[in-house]
Amino acid sequence: MGGETVFNAIWLLTILPELLLLILALIVLGVDLALPAERKRSLGVWTAAGLVIVLLVSLLAPVPEEAAFGGLVRADPLGRVFRAMFLLGGVLVALMSMDFRPLRQDGPYYGMLLFSLLGMCLMAVAENLVMLYVAMELTSISAYVLVGYLREDTFSAEAGLKYMLFGAFTSAVMLYGLSLLFGLTGGTGYMEVAAALREAPFSLAMVGFLMVLVGFGFKVAMVPMHFWTPDVYQGAPTPVTAFISVASKAAGFAVMLRAFRFIFPSLGGEWVALMVAISAVTMTLGNIFAVWQKNIKRMLAYSSVAQAGYILIGVAAASRLGIAAAAFYLIIYTVTNIAAFATVVLVSNLTGSEDIESFAGLSRRSKFLAWGLMLALFSLGGVPPFAGFIGKLILFAGAVQSGLIALVVIGVLNVIVSLYYYLNVAKVVFERRSEEEEEPVPIPVPSRWVLGFTMAAIVILGVLAAPVFNWVWRASGAWF
Amino acid sequence: MEFPVLSVIIFAPAVAAVLILLLPKDRQTEPKVLAAAGSFISFVLAIWIFLAYDRGAGGYQFVEKVPWFPAIGSSYHVGVNGMGVMLVLLNGILLFCAVLISWRIDERPREFFALLLLMGVGVFGAFALLDLLLLVLFYELVLFPIYLLIVNWGWKPLREYGAMKLTLYLLLGSLVAVVGILAIFFTSGLGTFDMVELEGVALPVSFQRTWFLPIFLGFAVLASIWPFYSWSPDGYAAAPTAVSMLHAGVLKNVGAFTAFRVAVLLLPEGARFWMPYVVFLMVMNVVYATFVALVHTDFKYIIGFASVAHLGVVLMGFASLNELGWSGAVTMMFAHGIIAAMTFAVVGMVYDRTHIREIKQLGGMVQRLPWAAVGFIVAGLASMGMPGFLGFIAEVQVFLGLWRAADLAPWYPVIAIISAVGIVGTAAYTLRALQYVFLGKLNPKYADLPGTSTLDKVALVLMSAVLILGGVFPFLVTPIVQSGVQSVLALLGGA
Repeated sequence: MGGETVFNAIWLLTILPELLLLILALIVLGVDLALPAERKRSLGVWTAAGLVIVLLVSLLAPVPEEAAFGGLVRADPLGRVFRAMFLLGGVLVALMSMDFRPLRQDGPYYGMLLFSLLGMCLMAVAENLVMLYVAMELTSISAYVLVGYLREDTFSAEAGLKYMLFGAFTSAVMLYGLSLLFGLTGGTGYMEVAAALREAPFSLAMVGFLMVLVGFGFKVAMVPMHFWTPDVYQGAPTPVTAFISVASKAAGFAVMLRAFRFIFPSLGGEWVALMVAISAVTMTLGNIFAVWQKNIKRMLAYSSVAQAGYILIGVAAASRLGIAAAAFYLIIYTVTNIAAFATVVLVSNLTGSEDIESFAGLSRRSKFLAWGLMLALFSLGGVPPFAGFIGKLILFAGAVQSGLIALVVIGVLNVIVSLYYYLNVAKVVFERRSEEEEEPVPIPVPSRWVLGFTMAAIVILGVLAAPVFNWVWRASGAWF
Repeated sequence: MEFPVLSVIIFAPAVAAVLILLLPKDRQTEPKVLAAAGSFISFVLAIWIFLAYDRGAGGYQFVEKVPWFPAIGSSYHVGVNGMGVMLVLLNGILLFCAVLISWRIDERPREFFALLLLMGVGVFGAFALLDLLLLVLFYELVLFPIYLLIVNWGWKPLREYGAMKLTLYLLLGSLVAVVGILAIFFTSGLGTFDMVELEGVALPVSFQRTWFLPIFLGFAVLASIWPFYSWSPDGYAAAPTAVSMLHAGVLKNVGAFTAFRVAVLLLPEGARFWMPYVVFLMVMNVVYATFVALVHTDFKYIIGFASVAHLGVVLMGFASLNELGWSGAVTMMFAHGIIAAMTFAVVGMVYDRTHIREIKQLGGMVQRLPWAAVGFIVAGLASMGMPGFLGFIAEVQVFLGLWRAADLAPWYPVIAIISAVGIVGTAAYTLRALQYVFLGKLNPKYADLPGTSTLDKVALVLMSAVLILGGVFPFLVTPIVQSGVQSVLALLGGA
């Protein structure tokens, strides 16, 4: 490192969105102190508006292609796609939080959300094992706090503790794996590690890979690191559940895709076989357990495990099409799942329940809300003309191209199982009657925006997917 | 630029559906009027393309092509040959009739009519699209409207079960076929989903033999091929009348036609290899479904099984792999579509007034519902292949086609004979239903049953007219079908 530049101002451009996030977090915390209690709900607007600006900057600002800070981070096009995905999720979650009574006036909550996002954005661009670990820890620790934020609520507190214990454990395993990789290769930059790993003994490299996989697997909720999902999803405040289910999962996939592509190519066929198996088991278990759930957040938890399984199809395909398909699917999944959780917030505000049965008669109480949930469920289930269909189709295409026909067949069978429980919810919403069905559901303005945006995105991505997919596809080109 | 007639046919109902959903909540009549208007536009334009199609030139006409997803070689490419014209016309007629028949729906009419129209959009698209990816998208577009329609407006005791079974079966079939389509896409190496381009590619024979069965059977699930048919009688029994009409009348044809277009036309070697065996499944359709219809006493199930049997005949026509059989199959699709829709409409008229479908508890309905009775007789005669009706022309062509397919496998003529005997069964169960439901003594409690409405009569007359006109003047139908079949055969090098 001796002769290299220690600091170059242009590097700041690479992490401009992260810097802005940090500033935004400080602004939000400052405004929180200044605002009187009855106006603190506007903190959500501050957060969301700030995030929109960061999102635009991250999309439009010129970014140097080469690595910055001596190879710690590289904001390549695909990393920026992921960053935009998290920021979009953050905007929607911040708006959604404004309608979630226990949290909506809480300044530190919004701050914590921003810190977690900051960690995710760094995860997407990290190109160094130490950087990766620090970014993941920043994300996780903020997320532990968010999950257990409702101290009065035992479910939330329990969920927070569970999430932390499970997270700490997997994080420790991963850290051990990282140290093993460092010991094997003597480097921490992805490229150095990859180069040295070709010479390293295969078995040790594989052990390192598996241990790192444990850490990634926790983030994306893949089997067998999925055990935390149902309890944490159920116990966490619903906007936080939405946040963890989309942004945190997407961040896990961002680091997974990059690490597999750049650190472990020398492991070759073995890790592909392993990922095929994990993908098949993840989607199958997720879907089967989801069938029995009575609580909608638990059902969505298992559904999110299954969705991770679908995305792993793209990871296992290990091709440009597979990677682009996984990233594209994550965009679709982000808007779709947020639509689902936004309806859960509003319905449980009113009924005080998160049981699927409490959605009975919803279509008579609010057309808008019913269709919002319906679109989300059909999209998750992969029914056209909604976005989930085209997303799954491209994932399957990636796998067929790589010759993973058996995995695609398992994927197809899983789609059928998943449609069963999604349709069962649709049935409750549309067909079942309830005694309160004449009572309309009030939809506050922030939720109107969230639902309006996500519903439009679900339909538009479903029928006119080309521009967004092309954007992801071009971005994936930098990796090949 | 030419007038994009096919696109207007496809999307006029979609526009109507969106307008309906934007109506205020309390409107009862406006949704129906809008639905009728939207489907009427498609209906009139469908008649127009039927008249304007250049039979001499043949091939795909009214073609439009716009890039849709260039990165993966998919474009919005529509066009119809003679076969497609007939099927678009069929859907135009039936969608309009289904809206008329549903005029009595007062339970949440906005959602009902919007979803019904969306179903029609999917069907139009699946008949007219020449791009495999969008074809699949429109094919599966019918899934969510149909589920919601059955589960909300269907027959209470069965609707949750029937709707779920139907939806999952259809999705499973089509997704299996989708995997095959992706395999075709990557194997062809053209980087396009365009069927017209793919039709010109000779895929490796071993590939064709591997993928023919999953693709053909995957789509044929929607054509209720034995043993994947059981969703059909249950689904129809559970569905509201208009949905049964459309599902039996056009959606099954979507399955058969797509199986033909994708599996047989793109994988002809696979078809030659497998069809002589797959044809036995179709024989089971005819024989098994006919026997069940003979003993069933639920009016709607009888019609449902009749439709399963007729689809067996359609698929057999395609399985003959020759010109006569294919012409017969397309004519049969058209005839069966009208017959099934009419009979389901009649069942609906009887059930809505009596709330009974058990044929032995009905009787004498001709006194109260003479229009329905006549409609049932017309459809029944066509269904049993009586000369003078369209069904006759269709069945004769299919059986002759099978007879001539003896070069494919020696058992084809035997199959023709077995299936022709099945027609006798059709006559038996149709007459049995007619006798129990419409003839005999009228139960006194039905003495004041309200008669059929004007709109019901319009729909029945329209559908009867098509069956009779087509039967008496075969030159209205046969040449256009044949021009379609010949253009397809030319593609396959006169196979």
